[in-house]
Amino acid sequence: MNEEFEFLEMKLPAKSEFVGVLRLTVSGIANRMGFSYEEIEDLKVAISEAITNAVDHAYYEEDSGEVTVGFGMYEDRLEVMVADRGGSFDLQKVKEQIGPYHDGVPVENMREGGFGLFLIDALMDKVEINSNHGVIVLMTKFLYENEVGQSDDQISTPQ
Amino acid sequence: MNLHIDDHQEGDVTVLKLSGEIDAYTAPQLKEKLLALVEENPTVHVDLARVSYMDSTGLGVFISALKTSKEKEHALKLINLQENVYRLFNITGLNDVIDIENTVRGELS
Repeated sequence: MNEEFEFLEMKLPAKSEFVGVLRLTVSGIANRMGFSYEEIEDLKVAISEAITNAVDHAYYEEDSGEVTVGFGMYEDRLEVMVADRGGSFDLQKVKEQIGPYHDGVPVENMREGGFGLFLIDALMDKVEINSNHGVIVLMTKFLYENEVGQSDDQISTPQ
Repeated sequence: MNLHIDDHQEGDVTVLKLSGEIDAYTAPQLKEKLLALVEENPTVHVDLARVSYMDSTGLGVFISALKTSKEKEHALKLINLQENVYRLFNITGLNDVIDIENTVRGELS
């Protein structure tokens, strides 16, 4: 499937003081895409949980000082990827390697956050986790409403 | 993206007023302050009226505060939660475990 989308990637030090900066970022992106106030609040919590997990994981591993966050902006949804190891990632490649979180082993890693993963799952429409190289969380939230009348807010697609 | 923590006494009740955001960055200072308060004071109310954001790190702090409070047979209550903050207690079922009262200046909202 050749779907058009825009992709934004950020790298941040694996320190908790940057979680708030990412909340501002996701809030701006989601607002631009036309998500409601409540949906934006959900996104802020889910992404903070994923980054908090990544920061904790990086702390225990002590070999990674970076968390990479990728935002895939599609016409009907926002996909957010949080990876706890430095280095860019190929969106398509990462998606091929990822599976439903309850089928994989990496849940153990995430449970340290207590209610973190539970909240991500409750607040997002789809959650996938991959742990082959560090831990990568891929979360999706769909834009359900305003199919019409949002032409001003609609994401422009490349080309 | 900071959390301001202020405590004062209102009669028999120790009130901890929070203002700002509770996340992985601010939760440790809240935990230190709140655990000491619930350890030493029989009745603690945490006023969350001005907390605009909270995530599971905040839930974790209130769970440990509740444990300490129960051990001491003290009382802990969360008051004046904003809708998005209360929602997390509701989703996780913690609203059944933790005493939460959504009142504004003593009147039922």
